[in-house]
Amino acid sequence: MTLWEIDIYPGPEQPDLSAGSIVSDAEDLGLAESLSVATAHGYLIEGDLTAEHAEQLAQQLFADGVVERTVVAQVGDDELSTPPNGRPCLIHVMPKPGVMDPVAQSALRAIQDFAIPAQAVRTFRKYWLSELAEAEIELLCEKILANDSVEQVVVGSLQLDQLQVGSPYEFELSMVELSTLDDEGLERLSREGQLYLTLVEMQTIQQHFRDLEREPVDVELETIAQTWSEHCSHKTLAGRIAYQDDRGERQFENMLKETIFAATQQIRKDLGDEDWCVSVFEDNAGIVRFDEENNVVFKVETHNHPSALEPYGGANTGIGGVIRDPLGTGLGARPVCNTDVFCFAPPETPLEDLPAGVLHPRRVMKGVVSGVRDYGNRMGIPTVNGALYFDPRYLGNPLVYCGNVGILPRNKSCKQPLPGDWIVAIGGRTGRDGIHGATFSSAELTSESEHLSGGAVQIGNAITEKMVLDVVLMARDQGLYNAITDCGAGGFSSAVGEMGEKIGAEVWLDKAPLKYDGLTYTEIWISEAQERMVLSVPPENWEAFEQLCASEGVEATIIGKFVPTGRLCLKYEDHEVADLAMEFLHDGRPPVIRDAVYQPPEPKPLQTAEALAEAGQDLCKILGSLNVASKEWVIRQYDHEVQGGSVIKPLVGIDNDGPGDAAVIRPVLDSSRALVVSCGMNPHYGEFDTYHMAASAIDEAVRNCVAVGADPQRIAILDNFCWGYTDRPETLGSLVRASLACYDLAVALQTPFISGKDSLNNEFSYLDDEGAKQTISIPPTLLISALGQIADARQSITMDLKAAGNRLYQVGATHDELGGSHWTLVRDIEGGHVPKVNPDLAKRTFQTVHELIQAGRVAACHDLSEGGLAVAAAEMAFAGGLGLQMQLDQVPSELSPDTEHGCLVLLFSESNTRFLCEVAEANQQAFEETLAAAEIPFGMVGEVIEDDSLTITIAGKEDEAEAGGHQLVLSEKLEKLKASWQEPLKW
Amino acid sequence: MASPRILIVRAPGTNCDRETAFAFEQAGGKPDLVHINRILESPELTKDYQVLCLPGGFCYGDDIAAGRILASQIRHHLYETINEFKAAGKLILGICNGFQVLIKSGVLLAESAANEYPATLTWNDSGRFEDRWVHLQVDGEKCVFLQNVSTLYLPIAHAEGKFVTRSSSVFEQLEENQQLPLRYTTATGLRNGQVEYPLNPNGSMGNVAGACDETGRVLGLMPHPERHIDPTHHPRWTREGLQEQGDGCIVFHNAVQYFA
Repeated sequence: MTLWEIDIYPGPEQPDLSAGSIVSDAEDLGLAESLSVATAHGYLIEGDLTAEHAEQLAQQLFADGVVERTVVAQVGDDELSTPPNGRPCLIHVMPKPGVMDPVAQSALRAIQDFAIPAQAVRTFRKYWLSELAEAEIELLCEKILANDSVEQVVVGSLQLDQLQVGSPYEFELSMVELSTLDDEGLERLSREGQLYLTLVEMQTIQQHFRDLEREPVDVELETIAQTWSEHCSHKTLAGRIAYQDDRGERQFENMLKETIFAATQQIRKDLGDEDWCVSVFEDNAGIVRFDEENNVVFKVETHNHPSALEPYGGANTGIGGVIRDPLGTGLGARPVCNTDVFCFAPPETPLEDLPAGVLHPRRVMKGVVSGVRDYGNRMGIPTVNGALYFDPRYLGNPLVYCGNVGILPRNKSCKQPLPGDWIVAIGGRTGRDGIHGATFSSAELTSESEHLSGGAVQIGNAITEKMVLDVVLMARDQGLYNAITDCGAGGFSSAVGEMGEKIGAEVWLDKAPLKYDGLTYTEIWISEAQERMVLSVPPENWEAFEQLCASEGVEATIIGKFVPTGRLCLKYEDHEVADLAMEFLHDGRPPVIRDAVYQPPEPKPLQTAEALAEAGQDLCKILGSLNVASKEWVIRQYDHEVQGGSVIKPLVGIDNDGPGDAAVIRPVLDSSRALVVSCGMNPHYGEFDTYHMAASAIDEAVRNCVAVGADPQRIAILDNFCWGYTDRPETLGSLVRASLACYDLAVALQTPFISGKDSLNNEFSYLDDEGAKQTISIPPTLLISALGQIADARQSITMDLKAAGNRLYQVGATHDELGGSHWTLVRDIEGGHVPKVNPDLAKRTFQTVHELIQAGRVAACHDLSEGGLAVAAAEMAFAGGLGLQMQLDQVPSELSPDTEHGCLVLLFSESNTRFLCEVAEANQQAFEETLAAAEIPFGMVGEVIEDDSLTITIAGKEDEAEAGGHQLVLSEKLEKLKASWQEPLKW
Repeated sequence: MASPRILIVRAPGTNCDRETAFAFEQAGGKPDLVHINRILESPELTKDYQVLCLPGGFCYGDDIAAGRILASQIRHHLYETINEFKAAGKLILGICNGFQVLIKSGVLLAESAANEYPATLTWNDSGRFEDRWVHLQVDGEKCVFLQNVSTLYLPIAHAEGKFVTRSSSVFEQLEENQQLPLRYTTATGLRNGQVEYPLNPNGSMGNVAGACDETGRVLGLMPHPERHIDPTHHPRWTREGLQEQGDGCIVFHNAVQYFA
């Protein structure tokens, strides 16, 4: 057995791109000045290989002779550690044993074509650095070169003699002594065993086994912990809550059911025969009607804790996981687009401000974006929508929301596993990765999390999932199975447990295909290894199903059977290792009872004096603030056009780079019916009142959809709550408050919630320099995602100004609502009133704007959000490459521009339900008449001109008016406005 | 004459197969999606087809390098089959990932006597995947797929699309043979020397966006013609109005008409 190393360097005169990016990352973080780097990547190959074999693989498989050069030798050979060009420090980075290494897997398969006897392959990266102190090397490795939750670093030459991992497993039944534990013992077991159950829950389990007169097997305890985890059961929000706020008290039996779900039920009742919801809050994703043949499904998930520890892998498996939700909905939906929303701390956070265990936000952002990019692009699913929000409180706990929309034939929308069906696992193999992900996501992050839960962090393999996707859709169309679900958090435990809940299941854990030997039965059962689906296949279809899978190279294995016993029975070879009643598992959890209180803070006055003179400067600052700034750097890295259905892209306008309100796609190629995906989120409004924050987020998501042409009578929405530690009544209260707004707004706008998810306890704790415990809680963060529909894609419109001579109207009124606005953020001032929503007027406005767009009366439409009127107008102007001449006097508002305060409000207030509409002269009359008839406030606020600037004026008082009778408020060149907007995130 | 049959090859990670089949169908061809495993099992099934198309995607994850593993499979098991297909006067089209496979398997540009490939597609100068629209100019009349068209506006979406030849003499030779028929250019079609990023989105030598074999019947190109079929695919249709059809249609139309 030999172990060969093949190093691949850029060829002579070829750029070393990774070296370049390391040097620039080091500069950004202020590390190792005048660093010089040379990089290589390579492969370790184990097997009975000759030197000729190794050389042949190097030249014909691994390296590209046109642009690369190789060094080939056995591991340990001096040739491999001869520094190129005087960079003496050698560092190797490679995946830890057992961590997913997709390239190595593919390489091993490809070597088979050469008939060369290789047995194992591992990839690595190699760095040659200029002379550095040991501490500097360590810092560089930690901050840039490697992530020690999944990778190992070897300084100097590699010393390794084998690659194979795993060792034979000998069965040993492991019982847990539960009956004798006191409360303290139960709590310790919950914590140290990473079960993360409460004392009451532990006591319930203890009593259950006392009644059975036996001790639990470890895997039984794990199964219960998974099923009862916050991640799987949403016990806090679906629990009993005694709530109190300034409007009174309310007792909830099941808070989610009585707010979010209740809204949907009310809407479906109101719609009667016109109800277009199909399945809500039941399956892995919500299902609504699309056209005569198809339904459409939508799900958004979070993957926050794994992304905090390993941004690339966390985001990678986040998007991979959410794609399996629509695929596991009904009998399997075909994914048609992704949406991704991230919250980070500002990328300019100084390195010395990072608590121990926290990755720098710049690295988190780069890692998350590339994780989503690499997985989404490989899956062939366009990523068409997203948002980025920045706040220092996301430092230790970034948020990563990943969503997926799928198309599901109407007659494939229901599933029903039957007794007697085989339980079949397909896709990726089971390994030790992802153990305790479900329970870990319920825990607070600490600077120790990395060590405690490294196993919860994974790397995905998109191609395995793409192969599963291809085969599932074919098997679906051939009717080969009765039910399907994804293997997500909790692994087989959750998947089989949920599917067999109403029947009963027997599982043969030794049958599950493993990545390597040595897994215990418990590890097999709870592993969250990626890219696996579980299906319920009738015995008569097994042969056809297995053949189909084999024909595409997908592994399919019978791991058990659904049996009508009402019990979950696990076996390993001949040993029974678990026997649990499904009823106890799913209904035995004691209800969580919590108190919740909310008291909105006292309103504070807002200081606006002396600010108007700086309006132009403030406008540039808002455009350049991270939440508003162009996200082109991110958007272009995502394939947003694959599948051939792109109608409105994320970037629009004369130079294909303006900020579209929402993306539009045609999911069915020979149909013109279109889908619209958008989102809304306003964490800053939460400081004022989480009710208005939630209401604003819904209004924003819906108005983004409507702005591109979506029919407001066909918009479905999703909720994703990311909150702090909800054991605190005040924190839970702020969430309940937001849920109440969700009910009110959804019912008023007739936009049903069809699915949702919550992620609680998003806090980060660390010890500061004095050794005191510090905790950072994220701001309450509610993401509302909207899924709209347009009957004919050709009726969609974009936000860029179209033609000089057209008029610009503001639709919807501006109120004195600068509280939480981006104008206050860039001026670093507090106070004011937070934007509210007038639900009835909002409904009427959305409907009327939609009718105007449908009638072709609107040339461009843009929603007013962060930065208000001034920002929306600037964006429309530079996206269209046309100037604007505006007057504030006609802005519909109870305020007049006569005062400085009034003027600032009209420019920058972020009041809800407002649009800017560009209207051609020929359509002006019809446009005005329609709005007037619907009693919607509107005003003509400007004219599109052939010019290169945005100018905003007010009518001057007669004695002080400047030429033309107007007083200048601001005038800025489009070039400057656009540059302000593009610069910050142009990485 | 009956519509030509189009063999669209699927491999693990192929992901532009459905829309490419749709584009061929719109042009009057009869496409089938066939998994590479079926072709490896029965190479003779290729005989039933007039056009072979390798669509976009990430075959085998683009692991090792873009297109490399499928290229190696073709090289080991299907090289003869594909050469016979070519020799029979049929057409081969590789789009994006398909172009990467064609060039790395030696199907598009054969190796030199010293077993050296003349050219490759490597990492974009930007070092990352990018999705953006590019202006293209057709050079010469050799390529079957690019007949009767002089400019195209199409999207690219790739990380490894920089065309590089082994030496400048190889480049000159290819240019002289009219084997570099598709070039990135500016919005006005004026191209003088190396076109700047992002108009040349990856830093390709000579602004090469597509290359063909010496017969003009095998074409590989990085841009995606199947993503500009419908007029609403155009990134500015809401301001410039709807064209009759997308620019990409002509590529598929030419392939189908070749057999008319």
